[in-house]
Amino acid sequence: MRNVLFSAILLLFFGGLLYLAADLPFGDPLRTDMDDYFIRNAQAQTGANNVVTSIVFDFRGFDTLGEATVLFTAVLGVGMMFRKLKEGEEYEND
Amino acid sequence: MKMTKIVRTTADLFFPFCLVFGLYVVVHGHLTPGGGFQGGAVMATGTALLLVARAYDDVTGRIRKGAMKVCEAAGLLIFLCAGFSGLFAGRPFMANWLAPDGALFRTSIAHGPNAGDLNTAGLLPLLNVGVGIEVLGGLTVILLYMLSGIKEEKKK
Repeated sequence: MRNVLFSAILLLFFGGLLYLAADLPFGDPLRTDMDDYFIRNAQAQTGANNVVTSIVFDFRGFDTLGEATVLFTAVLGVGMMFRKLKEGEEYEND
Repeated sequence: MKMTKIVRTTADLFFPFCLVFGLYVVVHGHLTPGGGFQGGAVMATGTALLLVARAYDDVTGRIRKGAMKVCEAAGLLIFLCAGFSGLFAGRPFMANWLAPDGALFRTSIAHGPNAGDLNTAGLLPLLNVGVGIEVLGGLTVILLYMLSGIKEEKKK
């Protein structure tokens, strides 16, 4: 009984979500000003053939700086977690 | 744990090609799909290959953890220095001041499809190389830390 109810609620939820999503314009965005600007001017302004790289590293360079910092911090965290214990140091058990 | 000789030889054979292909993806980041992040990940894959084919102690002789830590920090420093270099040229932070008429990577390209020249895009190759070195170092350090438990099993 509970499983049936759960399935019905799930079906209703995803059905509603799909119904709402069907109305969204997909592949035909209304505002393409930004895309057109990048496609037209990226090569001339950055000199890079790869428009994706020119966006990631030039137009949105500050964002990529944050990404690189996040990676650095993640590696720091892994290094702290997997470090060797010092002499006489014990794992905390509780 | 050690794999058979066939696997070990294949891994040894593929390791340099992994590095070279990753370097290619990094250096051609402004021309072809890919870039610093992707190329660095490809290079770190070589380490993973060696680690699963050989024992951990066998690999640390070739790939040193300390050197990889230095790589990681150096990559981020290259990125930051390249970003701050715009300030000295009288442009904003992270501005691509090399692109139109700098000293390096200055060849201008035609609009639309073209053959592609490595010597273009101003600051982007430098940033790509910085990120590539950082990702190579970071992922390799993570792999070495997490797979350091792989040791040769002693038969009782």
